[in-house]
Amino acid sequence: MTTSAVSPPEDRLEPARPSWPDATGHFGVFGGRFVPEALVAALDELTEAYRAMRVDPAFAAEFAALQRDYTGRPSPITEVPRFAEHADGARVVLKREDLNHTGSHKINNVLGQALLTKRIGKQRVIAETGAGQHGVATATAAALMGLSCTIYMGEEDTRRQALNVARMRLLGAEVVPVTTGSRTLKDAINEAFRDWVTNVETTNYVFGTVAGPHPFPEMVRDFQRVIGDEARAQVLERAGRLPDAVLACVGGGSNAIGIFTAFVPDEGVRLIGLEAGGDGVDTGRHAATITGGTPGVLHGARSYLLQDENGQTIESHSISAGLDYPGVGPEHSHLHDIGRAEYRAVTDAEAMEAFALLCRTEGIIPAIESAHALAGALTLGKELGPDALLLVNLSGRGDKDVETASRWFGLGDREHAEPGAGLDTDQQPTEGAVSNDEAVAGQNAGESS
Amino acid sequence: MSQLQRRIRAARAEGRAALIGYLPVGYPDVPGSIEAMVALVEGGADAGGVGGADIVEIGVPYSDPGMEGPVIQEAMDVAVRAGVGLRDVFAAVRAVADAGAVPVVMTYWNPVEHYGVDRFADDLAAAGGAGVITPDLIPDEAAPWLAATDRTDLDRVFLVAPSSTDARLAATVAACRGFVYAASTMGVTGTRATVSDAAERLVARTRPVAGDLPVCVGLGVSNADQAAEVAGFADGVIVGSAYVRRMLDGTGPAGVRALSGDLAEGVRRPVAVQ
Repeated sequence: MTTSAVSPPEDRLEPARPSWPDATGHFGVFGGRFVPEALVAALDELTEAYRAMRVDPAFAAEFAALQRDYTGRPSPITEVPRFAEHADGARVVLKREDLNHTGSHKINNVLGQALLTKRIGKQRVIAETGAGQHGVATATAAALMGLSCTIYMGEEDTRRQALNVARMRLLGAEVVPVTTGSRTLKDAINEAFRDWVTNVETTNYVFGTVAGPHPFPEMVRDFQRVIGDEARAQVLERAGRLPDAVLACVGGGSNAIGIFTAFVPDEGVRLIGLEAGGDGVDTGRHAATITGGTPGVLHGARSYLLQDENGQTIESHSISAGLDYPGVGPEHSHLHDIGRAEYRAVTDAEAMEAFALLCRTEGIIPAIESAHALAGALTLGKELGPDALLLVNLSGRGDKDVETASRWFGLGDREHAEPGAGLDTDQQPTEGAVSNDEAVAGQNAGESS
Repeated sequence: MSQLQRRIRAARAEGRAALIGYLPVGYPDVPGSIEAMVALVEGGADAGGVGGADIVEIGVPYSDPGMEGPVIQEAMDVAVRAGVGLRDVFAAVRAVADAGAVPVVMTYWNPVEHYGVDRFADDLAAAGGAGVITPDLIPDEAAPWLAATDRTDLDRVFLVAPSSTDARLAATVAACRGFVYAASTMGVTGTRATVSDAAERLVARTRPVAGDLPVCVGLGVSNADQAAEVAGFADGVIVGSAYVRRMLDGTGPAGVRALSGDLAEGVRRPVAVQ
């Protein structure tokens, strides 16, 4: 495949709105509402309030002012030529959501939902979190707007992401470690739904991704599409043309939908979601929902999911807490089924190699989630060649992942680590990049220390 | 008329509410759970009491049971880890029917979708199941299920909640067959010290649109006094977590049998004149 023509440069006055979902939240055969009846009234209330808010100029002005003055939007794009040398010289441009206040794209959505919470007159918000980024963002918005805040987080994740637990508590949120099931994001979502059904009169559920029952997938997409709306204009201005491909990591899929949406009508632009391949999709220890899953119902919507022969959700595995989720947003399932987007799996080792590479070549420490998209760009660049222009959503920064990375690369205890082991990528990729063996050795050394 | 409705009417003809007991299949294991279900049906009959449950809700273990409190979650978790699934309910359905109660399955939706909606309806009907309660399937999303249950004459029980609008109450009741499940309170399953006032209000709102269709109340009932109170305004009293608690406590089928005897006495108490 060549890197030739995409749609000619153009300016869109108004962002194109996809024709999905339908009025009841269906993206093709996916989405909908599979929830207890007790929650339907609250979901209807949210849907109506959101639709009214969407066309309210006062909301638009308030939201835009918050995005500008509080989040720091628009986030810039950054071209990364030293990184791109490792992608056979393809041009690689990063959309810098890592530079947002709170350090990831999650703030885009929570500011919108927090405004909505005030509009429907509720004083308490709850949220689930995996890596802690959505929890931090929700706690931030709650502090900003004077809402009380409870965050559900799998016990396993509270250990992996201790820094974010501390951040949430500093921001005044209550963090509840969830000890049921696999003790990760999926169980945090279950607990948040149980809280919501019990306290729905006073409480709004600020859902963190484009999954869950209608209206969450549509609403979160609309709050996140600013990523792609900005990036499309920025790339056009910078490069004089649209990118050949847009790449983003996919757990639940909100940063990916956020950057994809503006490009969906641009048929020449490939949309590529990078799922967490964990130890490898063929090992069964992964979180690559579309690559390795089948359609079913989880957390209120029909979508692809990882399930066993009884329809029980299978526990997912990824080094990245933010991608460690056995479901995926229904719009991704739809984009996959209609062939508009492609989904590929990136293993832990590939993601960590890209993570290290961006650190060493560009001075940017990415979130491990986002490193999956970077790894996808390295592969795609080699497929497309040096004329390709790739836009990668750098959805978050990696401060929260420093401990995980230190363990992986054996950097945590210098005196006991192999000299130079693990992290040395400032060489030609053919001879210098982190090998899987070194990386695994480093990880093991770190875990035992 | 549906099996469920007929059984609830028979109870009403005796001047009482029906007792509906829930246990998940597969805790502590499949045979152990079936033994407990039979005890749940027999109740105090052997001891000269009034018997046990009229209807058994056979729970399908599920990995992500969003409506369950900690007690039922704990039992389901054990069953899920042991690989128990929808295919294991059919033996329980036959055992409950043989014991003289009406078997109805309670399942979250994904196991059914994964098994195959039509295949499940066929297999359940063949095993003698009366119908299915679907806590996370609302009629709005149920078109294939409505078709499958119409074709097989299975009952389908949807839930109404205190938060349901009048319009949703009417639409949900219209889609129900067998009975209407009124969730007595906003929240998850579990035992509670008192029966919420919301339960009686919800039943009163449901009656006018339900017509002849029985309205049964679940969530939070755990003892004979509460059962008697609910029997004063509902056609059936649904008890789940209190039974499961007996299993988790290790009192097992004997504990379940004793509880069933108490509850069966509760639903038969003369209703106080209000």
